[in-house]
Amino acid sequence: MGQLLQQLINGLTIGSFYALIALGYTMVYGVLKLINFAHGDMFMLGAYLGLVTLMGFVVNLGMAGLPFLILIFLIVMAVVAGVGIVLERVAYRPLYRAGRLPPVISALGAAIFIQNGVMLLYGARYRTYPEEFKVIIPDTIWEIAGARISLIQIVMLVIAALLMVGLYSFVQYTRVGTAMRAVALDHDTARLMGIDVYGIIRVVFLIGPALGAAGGIMVGLYYGRIYFTLGWGYGIKAFTAAILGGIGNIPGAMIGGLILGVIEALATGFVSDAWKNAIAFFVLVLILIIRPTGLLGERVVEKL
Amino acid sequence: MDLIARWRKLDERYLYLALTILAVLFPWLVRSVRWTQVANFFFVYALLGLSLNIIVGYAGLFQLGHAAFYAVGAYTTAILSSRYNIPTFWLLPVAGLVSAVFAILISRPILHLRGDYLCIVTIGFGEIVRISLRNDASSLVFLSKIPGLQFLEEKLTGLVITGGPNGIFGINRPGILGFTFRQQWHYFYLFLAFVALTIFAMRRLENSRLGRAWTCVREDELAAEAMGIDTVRVKLLAFAIGAAWAGVAGNLYASWVTVIAPESFSFWESVIMFCIVVLGGTGSIPGVLVGTVGMIVLPEILREVLLNIQQWRMLIFGAAMISMMVFRPEGLWPSQRFRRELEAGD
Repeated sequence: MGQLLQQLINGLTIGSFYALIALGYTMVYGVLKLINFAHGDMFMLGAYLGLVTLMGFVVNLGMAGLPFLILIFLIVMAVVAGVGIVLERVAYRPLYRAGRLPPVISALGAAIFIQNGVMLLYGARYRTYPEEFKVIIPDTIWEIAGARISLIQIVMLVIAALLMVGLYSFVQYTRVGTAMRAVALDHDTARLMGIDVYGIIRVVFLIGPALGAAGGIMVGLYYGRIYFTLGWGYGIKAFTAAILGGIGNIPGAMIGGLILGVIEALATGFVSDAWKNAIAFFVLVLILIIRPTGLLGERVVEKL
Repeated sequence: MDLIARWRKLDERYLYLALTILAVLFPWLVRSVRWTQVANFFFVYALLGLSLNIIVGYAGLFQLGHAAFYAVGAYTTAILSSRYNIPTFWLLPVAGLVSAVFAILISRPILHLRGDYLCIVTIGFGEIVRISLRNDASSLVFLSKIPGLQFLEEKLTGLVITGGPNGIFGINRPGILGFTFRQQWHYFYLFLAFVALTIFAMRRLENSRLGRAWTCVREDELAAEAMGIDTVRVKLLAFAIGAAWAGVAGNLYASWVTVIAPESFSFWESVIMFCIVVLGGTGSIPGVLVGTVGMIVLPEILREVLLNIQQWRMLIFGAAMISMMVFRPEGLWPSQRFRRELEAGD
């Protein structure tokens, strides 16, 4: 019982990272029907920039406290959002009318570019997050019913929950969010309704990478160790989560991420760590065989 | 670009003839083991590209896990060759067949998935295959914890099939009529023959009844079904034939390098194969060859050219991929039919 609870806690923590990254995939897919393979590397970029700003603020300037942590998140999210905008302009916008496959290759090229850019800047070896951030989030651990939950896990879950609730309300209750949903449904009709479709796509490429970057800092803080190929593994996992929930569907990505995290943690705890990724993919295949468009995906007819 | 356009107007047969002559003379022209080796890599990936082209190009199925079929062919060859000493040439059809059966088994339940869902499932199968090869049979020992399966414990403990992360070594070199392939240039001609054979077969396949059915399914599945095409069977055949060919490529690769490991069949390999098909021009045979030059030979050329700025190599490569797509989204050498589809469809 204790172990089950423990794996659930671990799984939800990892799952919240997957969910944050998956949101970027699902939002871009929603408006462009494009799998943005460079998104995992935006997340990785966020992890590295988080390390740099953390070094700057906490280690060099000695600034500690929650406000600075929030500041670090905001700075990194803003910078990565900027990169997202540039990426959209350079690599995707020229290809909007080129069919489905060319933008995928362009995205893969962008992924290689970002990965190797980060490797050139920060080196090929892994980097560790400075211990000093523990001034902000100390190593406190509580024990509940035989399971251990640490303060950092709670902080991660709270940040993830805040970001996701924020995004959900933005998409559901604001004008821009409504426009975003309209664009996801139908570009041409949205344009006829006076919506600036390209403007909305730009907003998506601002929010998606920003959320991914937040996930990057969180992974850095939680595991303490980052490397330049981090984006591949997490990217595929998050994409899996997005598909699991039904790609294009924002609550779907959140739920998909959490479920995937829990499956992985349970597989690690009760089966074998070496097989956890294989089991996660296997469950995905099973779910897709039963529900071909994911858990929350709408039934779509291929062509009418 | 103008040059390419003019080339295409030439009768393709002359082009293939010229290419064949050039290829036959290649080892004498370069006189370099390293570049002959690069050429061999080019051939292996050309075979893989041509096989994936059946699935992605002809049938229009979004497949990003082709390395799995390649791995099945290579490991079938490696296991049977290193254990039972079966000549690798005899294993050529075996590797293709095992790959094809594997492909049919895994693709049957997922064929109904829409494009991008199919994409992630194929990625997933690719990863499952790689992880299974890495973990080897002995790691399945956890199954013996299930009541009733205790007997598995002694059977699985220490069982070695795939060799885990180290892979398999000691694969026999191929031989024919007493001649054994050893040097890079020996393999060069072997691979050249296979690529030529494949191109010939693909050209026949393209215009066959099945090839036309694939085009039809790709362009409009509903219309294809209405015309009486059994879409499930046709798609399954695309997977099976593509996988068989990838299995053959795996056999040739294993017999060439004689050591294989799971990391040679990672997601990254599937990405390279996918890029080869799309960069060159989806559905076009010359396109696959041009795409292979772009994905396999170009990085090697960059290695030679960028003497002092070696570390920029992959950065430039990534940027080149983006710009190639931005400036030529239909691919470097698209098939006429695919180009028309791009222009017509939105």
